[in-house]
Amino acid sequence: MSVHHMEITGPGDSLITARQAGLLACDRCGRVHDAAALACARCGARLERRDGRSLQQVWAWLLAGIVVYIPANIYPMLRTSTLLDQSESTIVGGAIDLFHHGAYGVALIVFVASIVIPIGKFIAIGYLALSLRRAGFLSAHSRHRLYEVVEFIGRWSMIDVFVVAILSALVQLGSVATINPGIAAVSFALSVAFTMLAAQSFDPKLIWDAGREPS
Amino acid sequence: MENTEHMAEGPDGAPMLACPVCDTLHAEPEVPIDHVALCRRCGHTLAAPRENAMIRILALAVTSSILMIAAVLFPFIDLSAGGLENHTSVLDAVLAFSTGLMIPLSVAVALLIVLIPLARLLAIIYTLWPLARGDRPYPMARDAFRLAERLRPWSMAEIFVVGVAVALVKVAGLASLSLGPAFWAFVALVLVTVLQDNTMCRYTIWKSLDRATA
Ligand SMILES: [Zn+2]
Ligand SMILES: [Zn+2]
Repeated sequence: MSVHHMEITGPGDSLITARQAGLLACDRCGRVHDAAALACARCGARLERRDGRSLQQVWAWLLAGIVVYIPANIYPMLRTSTLLDQSESTIVGGAIDLFHHGAYGVALIVFVASIVIPIGKFIAIGYLALSLRRAGFLSAHSRHRLYEVVEFIGRWSMIDVFVVAILSALVQLGSVATINPGIAAVSFALSVAFTMLAAQSFDPKLIWDAGREPS
Repeated sequence: MENTEHMAEGPDGAPMLACPVCDTLHAEPEVPIDHVALCRRCGHTLAAPRENAMIRILALAVTSSILMIAAVLFPFIDLSAGGLENHTSVLDAVLAFSTGLMIPLSVAVALLIVLIPLARLLAIIYTLWPLARGDRPYPMARDAFRLAERLRPWSMAEIFVVGVAVALVKVAGLASLSLGPAFWAFVALVLVTVLQDNTMCRYTIWKSLDRATA
């Protein structure tokens, strides 16, 4: 299969946005409407007016995500009981255990998915939202790339919740060994969902709008 | 949905397309098969039609649905240690959180790994079935496809499979394991889903829906 890149030309020679032309475009399918339209005529999606309400939603979801991430790290994620002892492990504790058992690859996956990605995401979304006000040191292109990475990678944090679910289902061997989920699993799952909603509420067009305002 | 009075057109009456990422206006492109149309400003892929895309996506979506049903019904993983055995199905993994406070999480896991992926597949099949045959779309096909698009980030079957791999490493020292057919069905499902998402050009599907209802 050969793929050819093809640049398409817009009306006239200069690049103008739908907003600058006084029009309103659909986020989902790209159809352009006049400014009075409420819903997309092609796909039926609600048309977003970039009036700052979306940014308030981003901050609200982001804050909620950070708040529930704290108990997710304090309380136990897993409760293991074997013939010999009972133990509880937190997110970080679980990764450290894996590391001590020599499972470096898996320890790294768990550490990246449950610590590096969530915290990186909080910072990235916060930075993207703040950079709309002041000119940041990253260009619109780089910030757009950052947004795409956040959107793509954020959902993978949910892996830790699935690991807990599978372990708790698998390891039910009576008195020999049982694993049960801890309360941290709930707050961690909520944190991932809230940050996904924060990223989805962020309208990437705002990045490009800001770059265009005459200063 | 025949609300066309609000649609805006270019100076020559040609339909226009705005980049969903940066809002830059373009004349709606006629993109040949196996060509990619990129936004002139931000480089976002606006359209990437593929040969026989409708039939291929449809075939992949049907395959995925069958694999998903197999993954739920067949035995997933068997575990044994110290003379005790435990047979786990995907359903058990879902029900792992089904005590007290954990019930909402149980529901969420069921949604993320089985129900949402399945709903998304069914919506895609519903949209594309008549299009692939050259018929008029079914009623509410646009709503169905919009739903499929919205559910995309929440469809986490592939993340679940990697989660299973991590969990297996964790218990490997503790007990002996055997993988059932449902595990392999899930792995196949992930591969088919990746293939399907790479073949699917949503712009082409919207245009086909436009043409088929015109
Ligand atoms: Zn639309
Ligand atoms: Zn663009």
